[in-house]
Amino acid sequence: MAKAFLVLDDGRIFEGKSWAATGRTFGEAVFQTGMTGYQETLTDPSYHRQVVVMTAPHIGNTGVNTPDNESKKIWVAGFVVRNPSTITSNWRSEKDLEAELIDQGIVGIQGIDTRALTRHLRDRGAMRVGIFSGIEISREEMIIEVRKTEAMSGAYLSADVSTAQPYIVPAVGVKKFTVAAIDLGIKGATPRALSARGVEVHVLPFNSTLEDIKAINPDGVFLSNGPGDPATMTDVVDLVRGILLEEIPIFGICFGHQILGRALGFETYKLQFGHRGINQPVLDKNTGKVEITAHNHGFAIKAPTEGVFNTVFGSGEVTHVGLNDGVVEGLQLLDRGAFSVQYHPEAAAGPHDAAYLFDRFVDLMAKYPRKVGVN
Amino acid sequence: MPRDTSIKSVLVIGSGPIVIGQACEFDYSGTQACRVLRAEGVRVILVNSNPATIMTDPEFADATYIEPITPEFIEKIIAKERPDGVLATLGGQTALNAAIGLQKAGTLERYGTKLIGADVDAIERGENREIFKSIVSKIGGESAKSVICHTMEEIIAGAAILNYPVVVRPSFTMGGLGSGIAFDEENLRQIAGAGLRHSPTSEVLLEESILGWKEYELEVMRDSSDNVVIVCSIENIDPMGVHTGDSITVAPALTLTDVEFQKLRNLSIDIIREVGVATGGCNIQFAVNPDNGRIIVIEMNPRVSRSSALASKATGFPIAKIATKLAIGYTLDEIKNDITQVTPASFEPTLDYIVVKAPRFAFEKFADADPRLTTTMKSVGEAMAIGRSFPEALMKALRSLERKEAIFQFPADTSGIDKARLLQSMKIPTEYRLQQVQQAMWAGADIEEIFAATKIDRWFLHQLELINTRARELAQPGELTVEVLRSAKEMEFSDAQIAALRGITEEDVRKVRHHLNVRPVYKTVDTCAAEFEAFTPYYYSSYEEETEVKPRTKPAVIILGSGPNRIGQGIEFDYSCVHASFTLREAGFETIMINCNPETVSTDYDTSDRLYFEPLTLEDVLEVIHAETLAGPVLGVITQLGGQTPLGLAAGLKAAGVTILGTSPEAINLAEERGAFGRVLEEQGLTAPEFGMAASQMEALAIATRIGYPVLVRPSFVLGGRGMEIVYDDASLSGFISRATEITPDHPVLVDRFLDSAIEIDVDALYDGHELFLGGVMEHIEEAGIHSGDSACVLPAMTITATQNKAIREATLKIAQGVGVLGLINIQFAMAEEVLYVLEANPRASRTVPFVSKATGVPLAKAAARISLGATIADLKLEGLLPNSVDGVAKGISVKEAVLPWNRFRRTDGRGVDAVLGPEMRSTGEVMGIADTFGESYAKSQISAFGSLPKSGTVFISLADKDKESGISPARALLSLGFKLLATGGTADFLAVNDILAHKVRKNSEGSGPMGERTIVELLNSGDVDLVINTPVGRGTRADGWAIRTAAVQRSIPCITTTAGFSAAVEGIKALQRGELSVLPIQEWLKK
Repeated sequence: MAKAFLVLDDGRIFEGKSWAATGRTFGEAVFQTGMTGYQETLTDPSYHRQVVVMTAPHIGNTGVNTPDNESKKIWVAGFVVRNPSTITSNWRSEKDLEAELIDQGIVGIQGIDTRALTRHLRDRGAMRVGIFSGIEISREEMIIEVRKTEAMSGAYLSADVSTAQPYIVPAVGVKKFTVAAIDLGIKGATPRALSARGVEVHVLPFNSTLEDIKAINPDGVFLSNGPGDPATMTDVVDLVRGILLEEIPIFGICFGHQILGRALGFETYKLQFGHRGINQPVLDKNTGKVEITAHNHGFAIKAPTEGVFNTVFGSGEVTHVGLNDGVVEGLQLLDRGAFSVQYHPEAAAGPHDAAYLFDRFVDLMAKYPRKVGVN
Repeated sequence: MPRDTSIKSVLVIGSGPIVIGQACEFDYSGTQACRVLRAEGVRVILVNSNPATIMTDPEFADATYIEPITPEFIEKIIAKERPDGVLATLGGQTALNAAIGLQKAGTLERYGTKLIGADVDAIERGENREIFKSIVSKIGGESAKSVICHTMEEIIAGAAILNYPVVVRPSFTMGGLGSGIAFDEENLRQIAGAGLRHSPTSEVLLEESILGWKEYELEVMRDSSDNVVIVCSIENIDPMGVHTGDSITVAPALTLTDVEFQKLRNLSIDIIREVGVATGGCNIQFAVNPDNGRIIVIEMNPRVSRSSALASKATGFPIAKIATKLAIGYTLDEIKNDITQVTPASFEPTLDYIVVKAPRFAFEKFADADPRLTTTMKSVGEAMAIGRSFPEALMKALRSLERKEAIFQFPADTSGIDKARLLQSMKIPTEYRLQQVQQAMWAGADIEEIFAATKIDRWFLHQLELINTRARELAQPGELTVEVLRSAKEMEFSDAQIAALRGITEEDVRKVRHHLNVRPVYKTVDTCAAEFEAFTPYYYSSYEEETEVKPRTKPAVIILGSGPNRIGQGIEFDYSCVHASFTLREAGFETIMINCNPETVSTDYDTSDRLYFEPLTLEDVLEVIHAETLAGPVLGVITQLGGQTPLGLAAGLKAAGVTILGTSPEAINLAEERGAFGRVLEEQGLTAPEFGMAASQMEALAIATRIGYPVLVRPSFVLGGRGMEIVYDDASLSGFISRATEITPDHPVLVDRFLDSAIEIDVDALYDGHELFLGGVMEHIEEAGIHSGDSACVLPAMTITATQNKAIREATLKIAQGVGVLGLINIQFAMAEEVLYVLEANPRASRTVPFVSKATGVPLAKAAARISLGATIADLKLEGLLPNSVDGVAKGISVKEAVLPWNRFRRTDGRGVDAVLGPEMRSTGEVMGIADTFGESYAKSQISAFGSLPKSGTVFISLADKDKESGISPARALLSLGFKLLATGGTADFLAVNDILAHKVRKNSEGSGPMGERTIVELLNSGDVDLVINTPVGRGTRADGWAIRTAAVQRSIPCITTTAGFSAAVEGIKALQRGELSVLPIQEWLKK
């Protein structure tokens, strides 16, 4: 097996063995702590341009299957594992993970001390990284190559991941509502969760206009998850302000949450190493209950976590905070149908504790019905 | 919700003696509970009959009752202490049952107290099969489908619905009689036909078979705000059909996708809510069909369990500690995660390592027991190992078991491996099935063949294949390079395994490996896969890049634990290790614990300054010592407290240049090696029973003739009473040798004079090189010949005179001096006709150390640890660690009684194994009774160990000829106490001659009489007998005695097999008849 190198921006190099596709790849090094769900992680568009380090030591045990894909392709820029499985054992498996990665040209590396790497990223922060697999260049050259790549801060990536054409996910059973979902890197689980609740979901490209949205006469607008720096998203932020003015109920998740926050006037900032895992405790400040939730974010909103805040769209509050580090994990407007969470109620992968938020969105659409005559 | 301040005092109920299925994990959980409550300022009242527990140390509770865990005794304690709450979810099923009893009897209400952390209705919903089934169905889950049938037609029709194979369970039969699995109609007609006949109601339950399905367990916690977290998922490598306690298990689950795992998670959460477990932990078991993922909910335990302890050690999330905090009102988000110190406990641990748990069995102790693994737990202990991959963790777990049979073998010549036979035998799970699998694969079996035979998930089988492949690579000729060694160590091949593959010695491998600096690093168990910094040094090894061992400045002492529990080496040794850690921390040392037993207090990350969860082999221990030597000063290693395991490592450690603290390996050898010890005794003018070493059968007979029968024979190469037998004549001696042991000049047999009427004495003492402190002199209640671990004993000795006591002290001092003890020594003496014989000396902590410490209030293990590090007995007296008296003084009269696992084992024909005591130890645990009189404390010990002694009723007596004389006086006493006596012919006649009226009953072999007179077994079965006295003749047990004893054991009728026990029981019955047995906390006893 050929040697492979994982080279960090700060010059630290891990030597491992090549795995999956060979070649070179670059991205932002992040670690993911979920013990299940590697397939969902791989196909989650939010990981676009990121080299994902799995902290769970055995990856690939259950192979891959079609239903568990969160999008049409693998998005991670590179995949770092300690022990890739050389056998697939699961009744739903259709294909071996490594074969799938090779088919999609994803460069991986195996056999490195992923815990040491994780500790490094935790202490020094997420940073640029390169994987060089089966490539014969010097270590110095590798570092130089890594340092030539673009950092995640300031990256505008929605165009890369969004659908080019609108499409519809029909409601299951009787259709109750229509939702326009702005695809900033949407995961398949979100439209599924909505359609299961009688919602017809129109997934729209990231650059849709207010008119495009109004054209489908939605009961609500959903702002999806996705990759990139929310500070670059001025166009979508403006669009959201427009939607707020139209008083159409809004529900945002992850990147969508950051965009709603920016639309309300809050700043976003980059976290040291982000939250990527499926065991994150989040407190619902209104009920006092804790949810165990799936997270995948490198940025967060700066907002007052106590009391009520005022925005041009009325007053609001932070509804959820992360219990590990106090990060803002959810907010809502008090007099208008708009709320968002930083984490992933659609799970996939992860616990289903926060699935109630989709019900809340449905309730919100019932509470703030579409204005008659608006078309 | 913050802490409930109305709770100012709590009664914690422990789990009693160690039995199969309920071991020291409940000392771990109970100790955590006591610590948490005291830290919260709650007054802690504790009841536990097990003296070998840390939790019953006086400093862990305000009032510690070493009393029977029965509703009657607990009521007395409640009446006296008036606790605000009763915490019963951390003491296993024993505590839970006691609590339910108290609740149902209205006791709790009467005294204005309540259960905390549990709700009787919820417990019932969780434990009652029918109610639980309906709950599962209500939340949308599935239980195994079943049909109740009364006729063969219904049965055939039912099987058609359920699909073959089906499980047949006749209703209302004992011990699974008449049940089985039918694979086709013919099979079914046969099994179910018998089932219909066996069932008194002609009722048969047909259940769909889920044998061979994947098995999972989730550990769940819920708080009063309805926050629920899954602490850990555990996957059984052995699929459905083997009790989870007997399965090799792995954490986290490794063969489920997220979609499938979340289904289990959702079901668990819905179940805990619907069952209504308000606060605390529980575990839920699932079966998953490997072909289609169908999920069956098997059962739940609405309390902290053995799996909770495993999950706590596997994740670093202390379930018992958290459960206690939840019970007094906190919610999960209000509790800090100890390890990260910044994040809350309301999260789900994530692992960046793999944990493997492997069970340890004791079938060799129960020769006639059915070795098949079933849904009844049979293992007596377990080892856990952590690695960064499954093969690493598995290889470490297997060597942690300390059984050479458990370690994978890779013979160059596979012609000796019968693949076909292995493929056949592995279909039935037994202790070494995984080894059979590995061997078969080594001999060429492929994954599909093995899967067909075992249904072990292919992923795990593939891992074994990878291990075998690596072994093949390692066996290739060539230099041992860094690459070769690293590739071996990546899968945790031990130096010994590499050596075997290479045809060199373990020492050579180690030398090369160290020369090339191929050494393990140590990673931290941190609950969060390194997302946050960890502040608790809880380590495991791996051959990777970066070590996390932090430098330190304080001098460190390394304490070796005792490994997996086994018969003869269990909680008592962990107790001593924990004590050493506590006292040395107090004395300013840094303590480092190495152990691999997940059930123990020693492997709680709170116990020592640093914890290494590692196998106790020379290689693994040396690596830890190396790593710690790089981290800071290491004073040495304590090996005398953890039993035989660390003791066995002492010589190797010393040879490798490690300082052994306390008694030196040479001194240990002096005591253990028969010839050398004989010379010590000779020099000191002490007597030992005559003995000889026989290299052939002829020699054995000659020795026996010389020293006189009876003799005790045993193979010389096993320890702990294995394979020992007492024989009374030439014929049985020859029989034993040809049947039970190989006899060659390399494997001689020891023949000892057996002192059959002697009183056995056990002594635990401290020696510092100058001064002796006699901790306690215990007198065995059973006469000589019963293993000391199985014998009841009393402290202080009841029949020893002051002169004899003086002789015992002198002999102890001489042996301690002669051997060169520095720390603890345990000596067994026999007193026969005024001669004191030395049976054996063990220069280490013994099983009785905790009992003596409880009975006298002297922390012997702590003192031994301090002496090992240079303190003198005089120093310790000055400090107050030892009392100012010359020796230990018993407070009150304490009786220790052994608890035996007879009811766990069946022979292959489904009947019970014989319940006879002998020179081989078989007990799993012990209890203590303490009172002012012998009778009272003996009665308490019997209640704790077996239930109770009758106050009135019928006693059956059957005595072997040699015992008849000594049975007269207790039999007469029973009669005068108002009992009706039954006896078999011979015994009844003998008693009649002595004017004792006993009604004759028929032996089992005689069958019912012409007038329908019932046999003793029938009387036992119908519940007409309240106590059985049955002394066996030798070990070649006769069928009648066996039938009586097993019938008694199965119906929980107290069964006494020695006349000494008989006399003690009479004293106990007298005490019971005199009236109420009193309760008094140990703290009060110690003030006396």
